[in-house]
Amino acid sequence: MGDVILTMKGIDKSFPGVHALDHVDLEVRKGEVHALMGENGAGKSTLMKVLTGIYHKDSGTITYEGKEVEFSNPREAQDAGIVIVHQELNMMGHLTVAQNIFIGREYMKGKLIDDKRMNEEARKLFDQLGIDIDPTETMSRLTVGKQQMCEIAKAISHEAKVIIFDEPSAALTEAEIEELFKIIRDLRAKQMGIVYISHRMDEIKVITDRVTVMRDGGYVGTLITKDCTKDDIINMMVGRVIYEDPKTESAVSPDAPVVLKVEHLNAGRMVKDVSFELRKGEILGFSGLMGAGRTETARALFGADPKQSGDIYVNGKKVDIKSPQDAVKCGIGYLSEDRKRFGIVVDKTVAENSTMASLEYYMKGLFINKKKENEAAQKYVDLLKTKTPGVDQLVVNLSGGNQQKVVIAKWLIRNCDILIFDEPTRGIDVGAKSEIYQLMSELAAEGKSIIMISSEMTEILRMSDRIVVMCEGRKTGELSIEEATQERIMHAATLRE
Amino acid sequence: MTDKKNGNAFTNNPLVRAIGLQKIVVLLVLVVMLVFFTSVSSTFRQYSTVLSIFDATYYLAFLAMGVTFCLITGGVDLSIGTGMFCYALAGGYMITHKDMPVIVGILVTLACGLIMGTINGLIVSRGGHAPFLATLCTMMIVRGLGAIITGGASITWPSSSSPNGWTRLLFKIPIGDTRYPLGIVWVLLVAVLLSLFLNKTRPGRYIIAIGSNKEATRLSGINVANYQMLAYIISGLCTGLGALAYCSAYQSMAPSGGGGIELNAIGGAIIGGTSMSGGSGTVAGTIIGVCFMSVLQIGLPMIGLQANYQQIIIGIVLIVAVYIDVLKNKKLA
Repeated sequence: MGDVILTMKGIDKSFPGVHALDHVDLEVRKGEVHALMGENGAGKSTLMKVLTGIYHKDSGTITYEGKEVEFSNPREAQDAGIVIVHQELNMMGHLTVAQNIFIGREYMKGKLIDDKRMNEEARKLFDQLGIDIDPTETMSRLTVGKQQMCEIAKAISHEAKVIIFDEPSAALTEAEIEELFKIIRDLRAKQMGIVYISHRMDEIKVITDRVTVMRDGGYVGTLITKDCTKDDIINMMVGRVIYEDPKTESAVSPDAPVVLKVEHLNAGRMVKDVSFELRKGEILGFSGLMGAGRTETARALFGADPKQSGDIYVNGKKVDIKSPQDAVKCGIGYLSEDRKRFGIVVDKTVAENSTMASLEYYMKGLFINKKKENEAAQKYVDLLKTKTPGVDQLVVNLSGGNQQKVVIAKWLIRNCDILIFDEPTRGIDVGAKSEIYQLMSELAAEGKSIIMISSEMTEILRMSDRIVVMCEGRKTGELSIEEATQERIMHAATLRE
Repeated sequence: MTDKKNGNAFTNNPLVRAIGLQKIVVLLVLVVMLVFFTSVSSTFRQYSTVLSIFDATYYLAFLAMGVTFCLITGGVDLSIGTGMFCYALAGGYMITHKDMPVIVGILVTLACGLIMGTINGLIVSRGGHAPFLATLCTMMIVRGLGAIITGGASITWPSSSSPNGWTRLLFKIPIGDTRYPLGIVWVLLVAVLLSLFLNKTRPGRYIIAIGSNKEATRLSGINVANYQMLAYIISGLCTGLGALAYCSAYQSMAPSGGGGIELNAIGGAIIGGTSMSGGSGTVAGTIIGVCFMSVLQIGLPMIGLQANYQQIIIGIVLIVAVYIDVLKNKKLA
């Protein structure tokens, strides 16, 4: 670690009704990877927005390269060398890689854009990073991982001295994360200051040098990563101890009835001849790398996407699922990985979202019985301990974890017996995560059967009774929880044909 | 940080929140406009002006209420303007050229609306066409159809003095020497029914949900295509009602007319707070927005501002209304 390049001291920021940042400190040195951790809503993003001039601080000082600064917009921060690589990628899918990287500052030849020069410059950047991307490729044809590399290349092309990674690994495969880490280590070696925001404890231990923890808009403390344990960090984040022990034995007896049987399912390019069984009260984990076809399998099973062939049996009876409507009739509920797009209607209330799949139960003749609807929603708000001021609150105002609970309520109210949880804890903070885990365990104990798709190994090992592993659209492994290890799962997940 | 409400005491007032800020603002401006026109123009103060404002409001209100449903699903129906003419021409042709009873003319008019609404709905929900394009095409089709049906002739529905002219009396009933705007009753009746439908029934709830997040609605096991189609059917039927109101209020209807009226109706809905991006809108707001449009339409000429100025002023009002919508969406993002 080198000299201090960036110091934020006593940063204070209030919004009407919310004290978002309460005298927060952050110090970044040259050649260090500095983790910024905290639950959702702890103020990490707000702090970074203050740094890059999106928000303006109420008080406190920002010192950058020895001078006090205050950027009035992200452009100024960028010009000074402070760049954010966002979690959600800001790419123009129809433009090429090089055009994306140099957008807004194109190389010109007279009055015309010099695409050739831009491609060359982009290639130089990629060489520098040691990654293999064709600058003339159309952006939308790249994988999410590659797109992120382009974001990083773009950041570096700004001659960045401080790079902020905002949950960079959320959408990446394990292999892509490895590549990302390699690049981050390179950048560190080049004496850049790196701020790394992530929820994944394992990554923090692997890649970062120091950790600053925030809680409820306040500064909790800064630790040297190698001197502290996971539990230390978690304790600072939530003020309580959470154990992430793997499950050791299945909670389901081997002769429990099969509630769902899928045979030779084929759908699109991503689902090839997938067969599996789900037993009553079981949590069946679906593991695999990103792009293994797990979500596609779930969507085809649920009727959200068309399938080419394959048979589905619910409680032993063959069913024909052509649309989500059919699936719901069979008692199947699907919680999408992309809550905002597929799970909830953000500008509607908790009650309206909760009864979305089962409105017919809450009718009085032709009309919706608002009172009964609210009671049902309230019952599940209480049951799932959803934190909301009331059932008439708009879902957009809830945190990610609580939004997820509203989606769960939707399917429980519908009385679905088979629930597909697709990445149930993505983007959800640690505290809410363990609540969702507990909820899933309780549901399984009550006899609901759950398919859980997850890209987090710890989640798979902690929750599943049995594990199906997929790779490139095929089922490449099935393990009982007793025999499952991280290595065995990874082995199956990389069993390419 | 769950509480994102950062309004003041006024915007947080429960009554204001229930009615909606935009509607209150539009209503206030409407009152100010009425006061202004009344004090500046003596013609505006006459009872006949009041009647003509109502005449200009009825048909526009029906059209706008219908298209509100399409707008709420995130779509639009451009065929309502020329459609209104086409359906009224078809119905009127039955009466004037085929000597059918008036009731047949009325039923033909409504049936035409229903059929075209269904066709629009099918193209959008099953064919997957963008609503703008689909209804732009049907807008042209009905414009041509109207002229073909009547053989290019103008049609006038029976006048109020003839025994077949009772459709006109339905909207303007004479009691003693004065004529009363009975049409208010029909417009309000339809408005109440549609409002109940939108807010209290399952199809209504689903139509709003589709506009907010179509994919999430579909994945909740709801037949999205059916409800999307329903919105266009409602729009078609309302256009049929609008056609009846129009031909009852005005004299002859020229074939291939009506173009541009759809934009006034859509404009009224938007001024009343319906979002162009879908997911929100109210029937009451649309009625207020339509009154706003018709008062402008009748009032501006009376203070000496002719058609060209009207267009400019309505354009500016729409920009402001859409900007309010943009601000609302920003708060959600």
